[in-house]
Amino acid sequence: MNLKLQKIIPQLITVLVVILVFGFFTYNAQINMENRGIDFGYGFLSQESSFDVQFSLIEYDGSHSYFRAYLVGLLNTILVSVIGIIFATILGVIVGVARLSPNYLINQFAAFYVEFFRNIPLLLQIFFWYFAALRALPLPQDAEAIFGVFFLTIKGLYVPAFIWQNFNIFFYSIIAAIISIVIIRFYAQKVQEIQGKQLPVFWISIGLIFTLPLLSFLIGGVDLSFEIPKLKQLATTSFIYEGGLSLPPELIALTLSLSLYTATFIAECVRAGIQGVGKGQKEAAASIGLNPNQVLKLVVMPQALRIIIPPTTNQYLNLTKNSSLAAAIAYPDLVLVFAGTALMQTGKAIEIVSITMLTYLSLSISISILMNWYNKKIAIKEK
Amino acid sequence: MSKINFLKPDKENLNTLLYMGSFLFLISVVDVFLNSFFNLNLISFLPSSLSFMLPIILGFIGLYFIRIEHSGYKFLDKINKNINTNNFNAILSLLIIFIIIKATPAILSWFVVDASFAGDSKDVCSGTGACWTYIKVWFRRFMYGMYPNAEQWRINLSFVALALLGSVGYFATEKFKKYLTLYYVVIYPFIAFLFIFFFISGGPVFFDFSYGIIAAVISVIIGFFIPSRFKFYYFIFVPITLYIALKYFIFYEELIELGKLEGLNWVETGAWGGLSLTFIISFFCLIFCFPIGMAFALGRRSEFPLIRYISVGFIEFWRGVPLITVLFMSAVMFPMFLPADFFIDKLVRCIIAISLFEAAYVAEVIRGGLQALPRGQYEAAKSLGMGYWRMHIFVILPQALKLVIPGIANTFLALVKDTPLIFVVGLLEIVGMLNLAKTNPKWLGFAMEGYVFAAIIFWIICYAMSKYSYNLEQKYKTER
Repeated sequence: MNLKLQKIIPQLITVLVVILVFGFFTYNAQINMENRGIDFGYGFLSQESSFDVQFSLIEYDGSHSYFRAYLVGLLNTILVSVIGIIFATILGVIVGVARLSPNYLINQFAAFYVEFFRNIPLLLQIFFWYFAALRALPLPQDAEAIFGVFFLTIKGLYVPAFIWQNFNIFFYSIIAAIISIVIIRFYAQKVQEIQGKQLPVFWISIGLIFTLPLLSFLIGGVDLSFEIPKLKQLATTSFIYEGGLSLPPELIALTLSLSLYTATFIAECVRAGIQGVGKGQKEAAASIGLNPNQVLKLVVMPQALRIIIPPTTNQYLNLTKNSSLAAAIAYPDLVLVFAGTALMQTGKAIEIVSITMLTYLSLSISISILMNWYNKKIAIKEK
Repeated sequence: MSKINFLKPDKENLNTLLYMGSFLFLISVVDVFLNSFFNLNLISFLPSSLSFMLPIILGFIGLYFIRIEHSGYKFLDKINKNINTNNFNAILSLLIIFIIIKATPAILSWFVVDASFAGDSKDVCSGTGACWTYIKVWFRRFMYGMYPNAEQWRINLSFVALALLGSVGYFATEKFKKYLTLYYVVIYPFIAFLFIFFFISGGPVFFDFSYGIIAAVISVIIGFFIPSRFKFYYFIFVPITLYIALKYFIFYEELIELGKLEGLNWVETGAWGGLSLTFIISFFCLIFCFPIGMAFALGRRSEFPLIRYISVGFIEFWRGVPLITVLFMSAVMFPMFLPADFFIDKLVRCIIAISLFEAAYVAEVIRGGLQALPRGQYEAAKSLGMGYWRMHIFVILPQALKLVIPGIANTFLALVKDTPLIFVVGLLEIVGMLNLAKTNPKWLGFAMEGYVFAAIIFWIICYAMSKYSYNLEQKYKTER
């Protein structure tokens, strides 16, 4: 009895203190809101927002609701995070491998890159790219074309837009290619198990992924044309590019700094992962007759990935959360659109900040659940 | 002398190949060098695409010729082993050498040669180089924010004094070494707080904060003498009670008078800024986030399920949201949760928010250390008859903390790098001051210099911290 009580009392007291603190907060919030004449509720989400956002992936203007504004912000956040994650991963893997290179110059160069970008605050880097580096770009009328189609100007990057005809068929052909590759891999594995023969799966896959979409162009009636941006004069000194896709400088500065910064951390994860695979593993694999490619693919990478993935997931989460720094350079992400403009207009501090935080919380929790699942799948099954 | 096979360099024609190879390599380097430093193009008579590629091709052939294993020349072997192992590496090495040669004059001219240092107005900055005059003129603002010029000696004095007091650990004799932990955990932060409260602020800024600090320090000191069984209840109740008692029974005006030293003006926190604010915020957050994080790390491994759930919830919540939204919360949402007459300075709110945020990360790092300890340590401590607190303070935590020094250092680095975010609540540390100075109509167009300056400062701070943590790690590394 005494022992049981000893276990229950501390818990009860802690819970009581937590409840008291929360009760104190909610009580104050109620009184404060009554005093200021604000009512609590999420009804404002369906009201007309009446503010514009300069860059949005979905159709949006002032006549849409606050909820639509929230979606615009969320999509912009996701856009930046996804682009950032892709570039950071590519760069991080390259730099991480380069740090292990036997070439002295290359690994020193990689080490310099990591030490340099890791030790400067991300916000400072964003400001640097946005206010200093990208401001040095030419005006639209002075910009020189890169490969004749890209225009990098102070107002952003203009790229040609794709104009598809019968895009569905192209899309289906890619899906068909992926499905057939999966089937062939499965079949090849079976063949190898039964007959011991190795089919050239890699080459077959490459062939499939190129030929099927190509066939869709030749037979399926798919057509692709490009719309190249053209310079247009608005006033005597004001020029703009029309047509094509335009990426605002905020987006460029943000993705650039996010991926350069996060890549340093990913590089360290990759380096640790590859170093974590014992030398004996490679030697053992080579001694049973695997060629260097197979050693890398079948022995080193699976073990290295096991070490690399958990910290890299953390870095992806950090990148997603760091994308909220977009608010500092007025890229319309979730924080700027919703926790900034919408909050200013409605004054619903508690509702809006809580929605914003919950969104980030669920984003990061869903990424970490996904990665935990993957991690569990590839983890060593201990007996 | 045998016939030379240029496609397969070997040892027999070592000298010939070596001379030819080095000659070609040197030519390529000299060409790039002249090109970038003196703007001389030796091979301009060639078509432009060829003259662009020629140094790489020549250098590549040169490196190919000198790639001879076991040549007998130590230097050559070293080069081959380090930068010239195969064709791919040779090209990469060449590219890096050329990039360095190409970039050096541009960087040098911007930083030093064409830069302007003299004068104190914008007029001296007309060259293509950096305008360090801008930094010189704005230096005080970047360091001290809007803190009045005449009062800045207070910040300097406090920082120097705190640095001296902080270095006490190096000079302590054996006799005092055992008190160092107590000194650094309780006394030093308290002295630091007093310095900032009396000296830098010199007025009623840190009110509620100061009550909190006094309550925490008193309760921690008394807490050492509380028997282990009651420690938990003690730490849950006494600090809050003390805080409330201090807040309502010590009179406001008396503390204002106490906070004012003779002849010192009160400087509002809104005027603080620049690098000194970065230091103040990092310092306090560092001090606060550590014990909070430790408490939640222990809570997460507690045997009581409810405490465990609360800790997990706390940690995962703070780790899941970006700091910028936390600061937003502290700015617009937090005042709603407090009684109307309860005013907390925005700097203090900021410090609390960042501390809680970083505490969650510290908690996870410490939990890693706790999990890495073998069960035997816990069992051994228990079998010696130690209670929960004694076991953790004397056996578990010293070992666990030793293990996680790199992780904790990384968290602190992240903290320092996160301080610029306080622009959200309107406080301007060095990056914020840069953005403010950049918009000054008299000094338009020097954004680059400002950011480079701040980047150098942050880089030095962070690099020094990471090297220091590496040293600590080596120092406390014990055989396991």
